[in-house]
Amino acid sequence: MRVGIPRSLLYYKYLPFWKTFLAGCGADVETSPLTNKKILSWGVEVAENELCVPVKAFYGHCMALRDRVDALFVPRVVSVEERAYTCPKFLGLPDMIAAVANQLELPPLLTPKLSQREKPSEFKWALINFAQDEFGLSKLDAVAALDAARRAQKRYQESLVAGHKPLDLLPASRLNRTRWRPERTEGAKRIGLLGHPYNIYDGYITQNLIARLEETGAELVVPEMTDHHVLMNAATDVPKQLYWTYEKEIMGAINHWTENRLVDGVVYVLAFACGPDSLVQVLIEHRARQYKVPLMALTIDEHSGEAGLVTRIEAFTDMLMRRKKPAAVA
Amino acid sequence: MNALARIPGRRRAGAGGDIKVSAPHMGNMHLLLEDLFGRLGCEYVKPPPSSIKTLQIGAKHSPEFACLPLKINIGNFIQALDRGANTLTMAGGHGPCRFGYYGIVEERILRDLGYQFDFLMLEPFSDGARAFYRTFAALSPGLSIRKLWKILKMSFSKGRSFDHLRKRALQVRAYEVNRGDTTKALKAAEELLAGAVSPEEIEAASAEAMGMLDGVRQDRERDVLKVGIVGEFYLLLEPFSNYDLEEILGHEGVYLERTVWVTDWIAPRRDNKIYGFPKKLIEEKAAPFLNHNVGGEGRETVGSTVLFAERGFDGVIQLLPFGCMPENIATSIIPRVQQQHDIPVLTLAFDEQTGRAGLVTRLEAFLDLLMARRGSRLVSATGSREKITQAVTPECAACAARGGCK
Repeated sequence: MRVGIPRSLLYYKYLPFWKTFLAGCGADVETSPLTNKKILSWGVEVAENELCVPVKAFYGHCMALRDRVDALFVPRVVSVEERAYTCPKFLGLPDMIAAVANQLELPPLLTPKLSQREKPSEFKWALINFAQDEFGLSKLDAVAALDAARRAQKRYQESLVAGHKPLDLLPASRLNRTRWRPERTEGAKRIGLLGHPYNIYDGYITQNLIARLEETGAELVVPEMTDHHVLMNAATDVPKQLYWTYEKEIMGAINHWTENRLVDGVVYVLAFACGPDSLVQVLIEHRARQYKVPLMALTIDEHSGEAGLVTRIEAFTDMLMRRKKPAAVA
Repeated sequence: MNALARIPGRRRAGAGGDIKVSAPHMGNMHLLLEDLFGRLGCEYVKPPPSSIKTLQIGAKHSPEFACLPLKINIGNFIQALDRGANTLTMAGGHGPCRFGYYGIVEERILRDLGYQFDFLMLEPFSDGARAFYRTFAALSPGLSIRKLWKILKMSFSKGRSFDHLRKRALQVRAYEVNRGDTTKALKAAEELLAGAVSPEEIEAASAEAMGMLDGVRQDRERDVLKVGIVGEFYLLLEPFSNYDLEEILGHEGVYLERTVWVTDWIAPRRDNKIYGFPKKLIEEKAAPFLNHNVGGEGRETVGSTVLFAERGFDGVIQLLPFGCMPENIATSIIPRVQQQHDIPVLTLAFDEQTGRAGLVTRLEAFLDLLMARRGSRLVSATGSREKITQAVTPECAACAARGGCK
């Protein structure tokens, strides 16, 4: 069976896991191409117009896979840690796609429910049952597939921490294989690039933001370069614990960066109409102000123009280059 | 700092002086709060009724695409602080809807603006009874648990009566003979009930108040459209945020039912006392379309739409603040519900730029559609569709000669 994984949303976080797992189940895994104009316009056409741009792109990626696969893998990722959620939109994603499946003539959907909200083992059993029901695997084989998937995901995350770019590690990369530097080079300005992986690594949605920032000569730092536990720990420095895991990562990253003075400036990418980000934005901006770190919030949507982005990036990096070392924080 | 560290220990709010407590508006909640804070013995600074000014202040200081309720809340808080409030209260929660994190963000925004105040965030009871109790104890020193329980129970029963009144008003308004009578009667009834203190008084007053509403001159023969209102709780509960949509529709002679009520929402019960349909039933109805909780009222919106369709309502109106996550999921799914259950749904998203005129036009168009549809539905029920079509559009005779309309 050919199973398609749309190249959008949690693809950028969990592809190695899902791919290895599905391969272990005996499926041929196909991924959709990089986001392009056609994919995004498909998505914009079908999706509810108030949704954020990555979700719209997801609809388009499903369309792109339509004729190439026998089934689409659209898991319901409820929660990836205890007592937290991912984002409401990931909770409803399979139902949202199912609502247009007839109209778009999509292949059948595979929608395992992945949740660790109540207890971590829930996640394991959901996947084992999924492999047994959908692919007819024995329990032993399912466990083996799961273990292999976990190892692949671990390797992926270790390379991310070492500074590899997700785009280089994931298939179909068209970028040069270069590494980001976990340590600061003398004299170089370091810019923290903050945001959801499915926004910042999707070169079409963010108009090659990463390449543009690198062109200015700045060193980039991304949240994925920090160990997950460190991020989660740093994220607790808020008045009330956040209940969205991916927002916690972002909050943890800015807390970690400002606390340890790891960056000279922060570019914060948020999608228009992103619910959690719209609130967390207030706390992030406050944090940056408090630690006197310049922060530029870039709101992106499907209408974002290239010229506006370039101007803003240039202005921001020019400002960073001319800025003297900020005085020690009181 | 962990969440527990924020619970105001055994201390008193109000920064040493008298406690002047305030909370944002939400529908008839100020009536409930007035009663509750009165019983707790602290002064309630009621923010001025939400107005365009409130919204302007709120939108100015809120993040751009935060949802509309947050913006109105900020406006309410600022106006209350300007009126001398020194303690602000806000409800919490645990997501995944944004609402649970409102309080923290609102506090941050207000503090950044330079306001001085105590902030109490009331987390759900299931989160910890101790924290729940302490939040109230900070408002009313020396409050015993038994007394708090008694106070909450009493205020709550009064809150339920307020909700019952509003629910009745929605239905009476469709039949009223003189436009505006119901609104007047409702106001008088609420004032009457607000004065009641003891349980006996509350019972007597709510019976009398209900009588006042039923006493409105009605024309029960009138053929009314039945419309269900579903969607996000704040937009449903706060008339200011939806341009008093219920009154607009009521004056057009539309019988309304809505899914969310203040007391159902504050203390969620399985049976939804005011709305009248148990949660489980709604979830069952939603299951073929949306089989998972997505926060807020997303699943309830889908389930209730199905329920309204099955109960023979003419149409459903969905209200949501622009960008609301759970409701947007529901909106994405509703076209399928519409198709399968054959019910028209009008989705209205509100933000600070929504205008009343545009809203009224859309509502009128929707009602026209429902009327036309009702006509054709009656016809198909009696099986004499062709006869009626001919009668309604005489020009069609000419078309028929040319081989039908193109």
